Amino acid sequence: MAELKYALYTGCTARESTPELLMSTLAVAKKLGIELVLLDEASCCGASHLQDFDDFLSLVLNARNICYAEKQGLNMVTICNTCQLNTVMTKERLDSDEDLKSQINEKLAEVGLEYKGTSSVRHFLYAIIDDYGLDKLAEKVEKPLDDFNIAAFYGCHNIRPSHLHRKHNSVEMDVGEGGGEEAFSKEPLMSKFNGSENPYNPSSLDKIIEALKGKSVDYESKNKCCGFHADLQAPHTAHKLTGTALLDAMDNDADMMVTPCPLCHLNMDVKQSAVAKEMGRDIKLPVLHLPQLIGLALGIDPKELGIQHNVTEPEFV
Amino acid sequence: MSSERITKKLTFKTFRFNAETDFLPYFKTYEMEVGKDELVLDILNRIKWEFDGSFSYRRSCRHGICGSCSIKVNGKPVLSCKQNVWELVDIFKTDTLLLEPQSKKRVVKDMIIDKKDFWSKHEKLKPYLVAEIDEHPKEEIKVSPHEAEQLLEADYCIQCGNCYYACPVVDVNEEYFGPAQFAKAYRFNADVRDNAKRERLEKVREMGPGVWDCVKCFECAEACPKDVDPIGKITKLHNQIFEEGLAQDNVATRHAVGFKHSIVKHGLLDEGELVRYSEGNLGVLKHMPEAIAMYKKGKIVMPWNMPKSEKLDEIKTLVKSSSKVKF
Repeated sequence: MAELKYALYTGCTARESTPELLMSTLAVAKKLGIELVLLDEASCCGASHLQDFDDFLSLVLNARNICYAEKQGLNMVTICNTCQLNTVMTKERLDSDEDLKSQINEKLAEVGLEYKGTSSVRHFLYAIIDDYGLDKLAEKVEKPLDDFNIAAFYGCHNIRPSHLHRKHNSVEMDVGEGGGEEAFSKEPLMSKFNGSENPYNPSSLDKIIEALKGKSVDYESKNKCCGFHADLQAPHTAHKLTGTALLDAMDNDADMMVTPCPLCHLNMDVKQSAVAKEMGRDIKLPVLHLPQLIGLALGIDPKELGIQHNVTEPEFV
Repeated sequence: MSSERITKKLTFKTFRFNAETDFLPYFKTYEMEVGKDELVLDILNRIKWEFDGSFSYRRSCRHGICGSCSIKVNGKPVLSCKQNVWELVDIFKTDTLLLEPQSKKRVVKDMIIDKKDFWSKHEKLKPYLVAEIDEHPKEEIKVSPHEAEQLLEADYCIQCGNCYYACPVVDVNEEYFGPAQFAKAYRFNADVRDNAKRERLEKVREMGPGVWDCVKCFECAEACPKDVDPIGKITKLHNQIFEEGLAQDNVATRHAVGFKHSIVKHGLLDEGELVRYSEGNLGVLKHMPEAIAMYKKGKIVMPWNMPKSEKLDEIKTLVKSSSKVKF
């Protein structure tokens, strides 16, 4: 297998309020032999809020981030769903609109950069599944998670809008016209959605949990919203959404939750006591970042995975 | 070529409830052979025609334009007359599909719901052209192709309600206008003939009912059978609020603007400072319990340790030259 090497866009959260995400990502990559080059020049993606204020500025800043991956000839991976979405939204708009691209490049030229569109942008989760491979991951498991019921929480910005993620996040299987007449005339049905995530029935995290020999919990809220983006403006709404998902996982016997998004993680892990008040029920559920979960199964020292930074303590570690 | 019809034996677990006579809803299951070209609407018809004449649902045009036949299948909002059934089998990897109304708490009978709030919220945002019309015009009002394109296909909305009943904010905040309503407000705000843009923006900027309460989950964009992309229009309304100088000084607007302040200073977002700037020095106090819990776990970066992007000068230059909006 070719050496796997990516430019890692960490986003802000992994460098501030979720240091454990960056620690565990680097530890897992090292263990799997994946090389990650940190994009230290990158700025904030705007998290969809800068976009509400100044759309053009957010395009320039996100394009600049991608430039630094392109300069090194590397594909970019992200570890935050919202970074992923805002970066591919920018990429999609620039790649499909020459006029807009030249407006942005005019600005980037002021600092000697040019956006070309040569680097792909994917969440690290899909790089592990598609490039590294689930079978290989399963072989590396030293501490199978077979005592645990694990609730996968996908996070909106990796699954919706699906047309963007199908294009950028996944290696799409060629099924001709894509589930058209030909697909329907075959038995068994030739799937239109193989190899990519469906927002109404996502499966990537569940597949990873299975590869780590854990038991994935079937619950309704797995593809729902945690409310993070309205935390400050509409705390009651945000708390209700976070609480509904946490309680749904708990009511379906989850021992822990896992998420690929640090923003979901902040709501799910840090806010449990505030959310419990809103919901009128006790809430206690350890929430791990995806690389923390993978790292534990690979036998990496929990300290190296930053478990000590999780607010709701995973007592099983 | 063989003309043998390939079918699948499928089970439809169907929500049944009559608000006039039933104390509780229940489910009935119907099994049938389903061909590759059958739509969810065909199944609704077959349940009524082949199994139970009392089964109720809305339908009219059968061509994806009247917007009456929307329901949810396994939680996925579908316009029945456009949704192929085998595709759902493919998505959910199951031979049993759950047919439910768009919103269970609004059910009148079976698949039929009361859309009263959906319509009354539309009404509040003036979903029509507000203009001084000369009754005897000498020539037509001209709209250029470029101007017409600015509607961004918001006029494709058929008001099926898929986005509205998929929106998690609508579910927990009764006063929230909702994605279809915002898309409609944008549709008329973007119309060069319209005169009520500011009036609509004054409504959609309100905290609670307005656009600031959107959680950005993209459920609306995913649910729309016409690719109207309601959240894209919500973003446009946010932009219009700032562009028209109608942004009030509140936690939501400061939150959006705060990103720029942080980026120009650090490249990265200063999370603590964003919360302080958005909430104000007093408002920030309510976050203290969480802040203390986070501090104990090493999750708070102190101002003097705030990480900065490399080549911050570039970022400063770009923020200076590329900013288009003022607050």
